[in-house]
Amino acid sequence: MLSNPSTAEAVGLHTGPAAGARPMRIALIGNPNSGKTSLFNQLTGLNQKVGNFPGVTVDRKSGFAQLTATQRAEIVDLPGTYSLYPKSLDEKVITDLLYDRTSASYPDFVVVTVDANNLRRSLLLFTQLGDLGLPAVLALNMMDVAERHGVNIDLPALERELGVPIIPMNARKGIGVAALKIVMAQRLDAPPVRCWQPDEKLLPLVRQIRYYFDLHNDYLALHYAQQFRQIGFLSADDKAYLQELTQKYGFDATAQQAAETIARYARINEILLETVTVTRTETREPVSNRIDRVLTHRVGGYLIFLAILFLLFQAIFAWAQYPMDWIDQGISALSATIQENFHGPLIRLLTEGVLAGLGGVLIFIPQIALLFGFLAVLEETGYMARVTFLMDKLMRPFGLSGKSVVPLISGLACAVPAIMGARTIESWKDRMITIFVTPLMSCSARIPVYTVLVALVVPDEAAWGIFNLRGVALMSLYLLGLFSALASAWVLKKVLKARERSYFIMEFPVYQWPRWKNVGLTIYQKVQAFVLQAGRVIVAISVLLWVLASYGPGNRQEEAVSQLMVRQNIGFSSPQAMARYNQEHPEYKEELARRVASARLENSYAGTFGHLIEPAIRPLGYDWKIGIALLTSFAAREVFVGTISTIYSVGQDADMGTLQQKLQAEKDANGQPFFTTARAFSLLVFYVFAMQCMSTLAVTYRETKNWRWPLAQLLYMTGLAYVAAFAVYQVLS
Amino acid sequence: MALFRRSPQQVAASAATRRTAKDLRLGETGTICCLEDPEMALKLLEMGCVPGVKVRLSGRAPLGDPLMLVLGDQEYTLSVRANEAATILLKE
Repeated sequence: MLSNPSTAEAVGLHTGPAAGARPMRIALIGNPNSGKTSLFNQLTGLNQKVGNFPGVTVDRKSGFAQLTATQRAEIVDLPGTYSLYPKSLDEKVITDLLYDRTSASYPDFVVVTVDANNLRRSLLLFTQLGDLGLPAVLALNMMDVAERHGVNIDLPALERELGVPIIPMNARKGIGVAALKIVMAQRLDAPPVRCWQPDEKLLPLVRQIRYYFDLHNDYLALHYAQQFRQIGFLSADDKAYLQELTQKYGFDATAQQAAETIARYARINEILLETVTVTRTETREPVSNRIDRVLTHRVGGYLIFLAILFLLFQAIFAWAQYPMDWIDQGISALSATIQENFHGPLIRLLTEGVLAGLGGVLIFIPQIALLFGFLAVLEETGYMARVTFLMDKLMRPFGLSGKSVVPLISGLACAVPAIMGARTIESWKDRMITIFVTPLMSCSARIPVYTVLVALVVPDEAAWGIFNLRGVALMSLYLLGLFSALASAWVLKKVLKARERSYFIMEFPVYQWPRWKNVGLTIYQKVQAFVLQAGRVIVAISVLLWVLASYGPGNRQEEAVSQLMVRQNIGFSSPQAMARYNQEHPEYKEELARRVASARLENSYAGTFGHLIEPAIRPLGYDWKIGIALLTSFAAREVFVGTISTIYSVGQDADMGTLQQKLQAEKDANGQPFFTTARAFSLLVFYVFAMQCMSTLAVTYRETKNWRWPLAQLLYMTGLAYVAAFAVYQVLS
Repeated sequence: MALFRRSPQQVAASAATRRTAKDLRLGETGTICCLEDPEMALKLLEMGCVPGVKVRLSGRAPLGDPLMLVLGDQEYTLSVRANEAATILLKE
């Protein structure tokens, strides 16, 4: 980490003694793209964790920074915002935190990151914070760029005007971080300077609010009047009181906020006039704008985007395969080793339940790491903002915004990280629609199901000379997923009511090289969140499924197995003869073991369920065996192939060819082939639509913090799958 | 500094001649006069679209919408939808 000790001397600061027993709590706040995340990573490194703000649904990143040899401070990273008038859920966190002195996370002071190239707009937020009376430090970021652009800032004068310490820095390179730590190590007082005061006419209202809530600041009281409806910690009585009060005084929140903002800009302009001189040496337009001319070009823009998409798919589907295979083999080897050395139901629960479930989670780590690494690089360079810009108009008719593109693309790999990626969408409605429809994109877990069933009923022939029929079928399934996602979004747009308006006012970050430390931290955090959150659910479900598939009601399983054994033994004169035969023909023994497994499964709880739901799925053309596969694959789609293999008495290690032969050999009650085109396509369509993924449901809950969303997703997608599969079966048969 | 055009007569009178950020030609610069839609105005103000600030149309998305606006001397770029840009009125 680079640091510049002379900066500390320049601003005339000294290391203070360690103060207080409790580590200080410092909040980081600033505009989006002001370098807040870089600074947070510089201060905390790997000492950070992601949790929730108490009582709120937004993620809270916090970590510890070692300020001096003896002093640590807790750093809370707040969502990026342009002002203290929150527009999105993310921004409400900030006001809830800063308006409640009794809050458990109330900061001792705030570090405001400011882009030195964009002082006027950045200072708007800063002066609002200063007027709240919060002790603050101004981290004047991107000083190097400002100097290059001929922006000259008189730091001592600006410090005087604003009344707070200012640390010039370059957070990406770590310059100024040491000086900032020294300032942070001291107890700061509230800034003595006020930038703006509420108008005389508002004072009676403000005083009454101050008195009622025992507040120490006029501006804070004004914000209570402005935002009481959305302030989380106010009771219903408090809100009713404020409602009455604002009505009595005829308080016009919008006009007040507009007047305040204009007045602040007027004051900021005065300050900047005295402290900042711009000697523009360059007349050329910034490099970023010239890059934009290429990357958002009418034709070239889309071509470049497609090329990047192609690279992304290549990474997720091809490159990720190697580490995925290693993980798969590692888990199997571990499982086999345990089974060779230990026996008993508990060991089987551990290997077939817990380890199998865990393997199902861990195997996705390479894909998730690659996907998020890739997306983090695109985000860090500033390209992602341009993608949303390119796609916004295309997505809008469907009730989605440009920012929905990234989750939808990621959904082709796995809906879990894709849904987590929808966090960048500010508009609540756009975000909910995106989260809701993303699982309809055909994820990688559907590939095994698609491959087996398509190969079963679609001949390997050329169509129209150039296309392969199977390829066409596979592609149609992907397109079906995409169109159903867009159509569902369109329907949801009509259904969903939102008070928030959808904005697309967004700042373009300047293009820059990615900081690999930030990329690494992003990957680490996403993988950790995935493994911990989705992992718990998957392991729990696979344990449950294992129990249901391994045990049956009463001793039906034992009876079924002994009946089977009796039938097998009929051909032998004695048990000895059978044993001898078994020894000479190991394949017969294996076949027998499979039949036993199959009989046990049919009479297990899962098998009983399969028979139970048979009437419900018969209209789709399915029997109890497929019923079990449907039930088990509600935890995760890829379970389908494994379950079908077991049910049709094919060993786990059998290759697809064998499974295919078995499926082809399967006969219905009339002795005709069971897997007709109608049945196979009905099943395929079912798998395109159905929500068969516990991890997705879990992550939808985690992201929406409301059980209604995953529940609605489950019901909607399953209903869609049922109706579509029914229609396909009835039409084709 | 007038922020909103409140009088309906005024709006009707100027409807034919008024220019907004949406009407800028590519590369053309105008000066923000006022903001029309009160709710949108607050968001735009926070993002630095303040009356008196210069605004340049630096690009359009391939399908004509959203627009890319470069603001002020500091040269930072905002992306706004065309209907949002239409609420930013320019000085004559």
